[in-house]
Amino acid sequence: MTTTTSGAATAGAETSNAKMKGAEIVLKALVDQGVDVIFGYPGGAVLPLYDALFQQNHIRHILVRHEQAAVHAAEGYARSTGKVGVVLVTSGPGATNAVTGLTDALMDSVPIVCLCGQVPTHLIGNDAFQEADTTGITRPCTKHNYLVKNVDKLARTVHEAFYVARNGRPGPVVIDLPKDILVTEGSYLPPQEIAHRTYRPRTEPDIAAIDAAIDLLETAKRPIIYAGGGVINAGPEASRLLTELVELSGFPCTLTLMGLGTLPASDPRYLGMVGMHGTYEANLTMHGCDVMLAVGARFDDRVTGRTDAFSPGSKKIQIDIDPSSVNKNIRVDLAIIGDAGRALELLVQRWKARKVKIDREVIGRWWEQIECWRAVNCLAYGKSENIIKPQYAIERLYQMTRDREVFITTEVGQHQMWAAQFFRFDKPNHWMTSGGLGTMGYGLPAAYGVQIAHPDALVIDIAGEASILMNIQEMSTLCQYRLPVKVFILNNQYMGMVRQWQELMHGGRYSESYSDSLPDFVKLAEAFGATGLRAENMGQLDDVIRKMLDTPGPVIADICVDQLENCFPMIPSGAAHNEVLLAPPDQRAGDSFASEDGMVLV
Amino acid sequence: MADKHAPQERHTIAVIVDNEPGVLARVIGLFSGRGYNIESLTVAEVDREVGLSRINLVTIGTPMVIEQIKAQLERLVPVHSVRDLTENGPHVERELALIKVHAVGENRAETLRLAEIFRARVVDTTAVSFIFELTGPAEKLDTFIGLMRPLGLVELARTGAAAMSRGQEPF
Ligand SMILES: Cc1ncc(C[n+]2csc(CCOP(=O)(O)OP(=O)(O)O)c2C)c(N)n1
Ligand SMILES: [Mg+2]
Repeated sequence: MTTTTSGAATAGAETSNAKMKGAEIVLKALVDQGVDVIFGYPGGAVLPLYDALFQQNHIRHILVRHEQAAVHAAEGYARSTGKVGVVLVTSGPGATNAVTGLTDALMDSVPIVCLCGQVPTHLIGNDAFQEADTTGITRPCTKHNYLVKNVDKLARTVHEAFYVARNGRPGPVVIDLPKDILVTEGSYLPPQEIAHRTYRPRTEPDIAAIDAAIDLLETAKRPIIYAGGGVINAGPEASRLLTELVELSGFPCTLTLMGLGTLPASDPRYLGMVGMHGTYEANLTMHGCDVMLAVGARFDDRVTGRTDAFSPGSKKIQIDIDPSSVNKNIRVDLAIIGDAGRALELLVQRWKARKVKIDREVIGRWWEQIECWRAVNCLAYGKSENIIKPQYAIERLYQMTRDREVFITTEVGQHQMWAAQFFRFDKPNHWMTSGGLGTMGYGLPAAYGVQIAHPDALVIDIAGEASILMNIQEMSTLCQYRLPVKVFILNNQYMGMVRQWQELMHGGRYSESYSDSLPDFVKLAEAFGATGLRAENMGQLDDVIRKMLDTPGPVIADICVDQLENCFPMIPSGAAHNEVLLAPPDQRAGDSFASEDGMVLV
Repeated sequence: MADKHAPQERHTIAVIVDNEPGVLARVIGLFSGRGYNIESLTVAEVDREVGLSRINLVTIGTPMVIEQIKAQLERLVPVHSVRDLTENGPHVERELALIKVHAVGENRAETLRLAEIFRARVVDTTAVSFIFELTGPAEKLDTFIGLMRPLGLVELARTGAAAMSRGQEPF
């Protein structure tokens, strides 16, 4: 190593013009960006970086078992801390394996910096061993990407990548690092608060628009607040302000899948989740409202259903940091561009300054209506003496962990939706799920990303038996680092969500959705060095949950649940919010909603 | 999309970008990835010192789509500014075409006569052919090319539109 070691005397070494190798520059830049952990997997092109990592003590490296998992782990880390998650992968297959994770982070606005090895500059374009056009491949699945061809631009590029990843609407940024750049000497540049040449997203909302929003809200007869992941991305203070606004106004509030926890689920004004598997009351309130305030939510098709029938009679106000999220799917009447936290702060401030008086009688009538919808009790499910209902398993899991600091991640499918419906979150950053991309295999790596950031917390991956197999190799990572993640599998022996759609829309033809030849998850856990548990009937459920919670290390709990349970309420694709399907007896399998239109939708 | 039945509009948009590798791919990828139309697109460096390029693009879409296109362009990290010339008052739009026409006998005179009317310049001549250079709005080029087709048009190269707002204000 040269005299200036990567981590030694981090910040403050500004003036030192000593030359460093590219790999050391990268690590020093990471340290100066406040990085303490990276998730990675080595290979030829990144060996110089691994060599530099070996010789320092500032950054902890977590060795994953698949590069996709590295990105999901970094996502879990980022979403539970609000910090940027960092990934390190090698060229070629390392980079291509990371693509799913990057796309996931892009869709869910998660700040990630992903360092990819690349073949040496002089070999680029030669179909060299383990060469892939990483910047080309990742261009549409990153917020931005860089190929560094000059070692003297390396430090600046890393700092810029962090700036881009965390500012504005957060997202993943790739830095492609040719191997020769990592071994060439260059000069280091400390992070500086210089304005980016071009990327300066607007964060400060227009105060006139804030007042215009209050004008609409104070005269609303049937208002609703609809908040999403943008509020979580704006930091915990934004969630507190949202809660304050809900309290001040007394308005009903619904949250998106990504927004769960921004308003405590225990708040009486919380209507539950909105959207395809949202509650009856949330969706009907959205449908019937006259003023809608959307905060950090993007009118995703899982939320809106049929767009031309979406909340037809309402004036819509949208707060978003990303102007391209406004008027994309749904035309809004008032757009407020800026940071959600800042906009909420101004809303609350102006609300108080203007001494806004809400007509309690008018809003009271709206609440009466909402209570009627609530009384439908849309999440009710059939109880059973012996067979474990998946919803019940989650309810028990929730009740038995209430006294703990608990973080939930999920895979994708019915179990994910049941987790969203039945686990109740009172704080932001405690719910990590793949929303936009719907990536099976997300939950396990995301869970240990969370666990790394919160070593003493209880972290549970609520999984399906099919999804968990998509990144099951990560059990090995759990065991290596003794990460006590609990994997709670709702094992229905089906790709349940696929089966449900086939039942409802494809005449019950269960084409390839049966989970055949499943492993014995108890033995599988043991093979990895973890603990395996199984609950086969109601009598065993509580015991297994208790044992799982009491076991110090990683656990897989295989919960054998009702195989044919469906997830309700459900708004079929292409239907309007008021065409929601409730659980049986309302369930009309293969009936009218299996429209031609609906069938082509996803 | 809510306005899928709204009328389609043609917009000319100028984009100032950092002249860095991949920036054109980002813009084109945005259009193909999101299913927007590109009628024409031109790009060239306009400030070597600062390293800026200007992209002129012509696109067609409903008002909501046009709005999206601009917001999506603005979001790209190396983009400095986006201006919708169609929306921002009057602008001039010019395109250049090179048009090769086989012309012998009577057609030669007729070809040249038409070229003169359109103020197309002859930039290459052989005993049996001409290459014309023609500048103007796209419609003028279309018309001239349409006239040349039956007379013996054999090859065509067009640059796509370059455009600028009228008046003294810079971008
Ligand atoms: C990588 C990936 N492939 C395919 C899908 C489509 N898909 C969505 S849910 C699902 C089934 C998930 O089954 P399981 O994990 O057992 O969960 P369940 O629905 O049974 O709770 C599938 C295949 C997906 N979301 N992600
Ligand atoms: Mg399943």
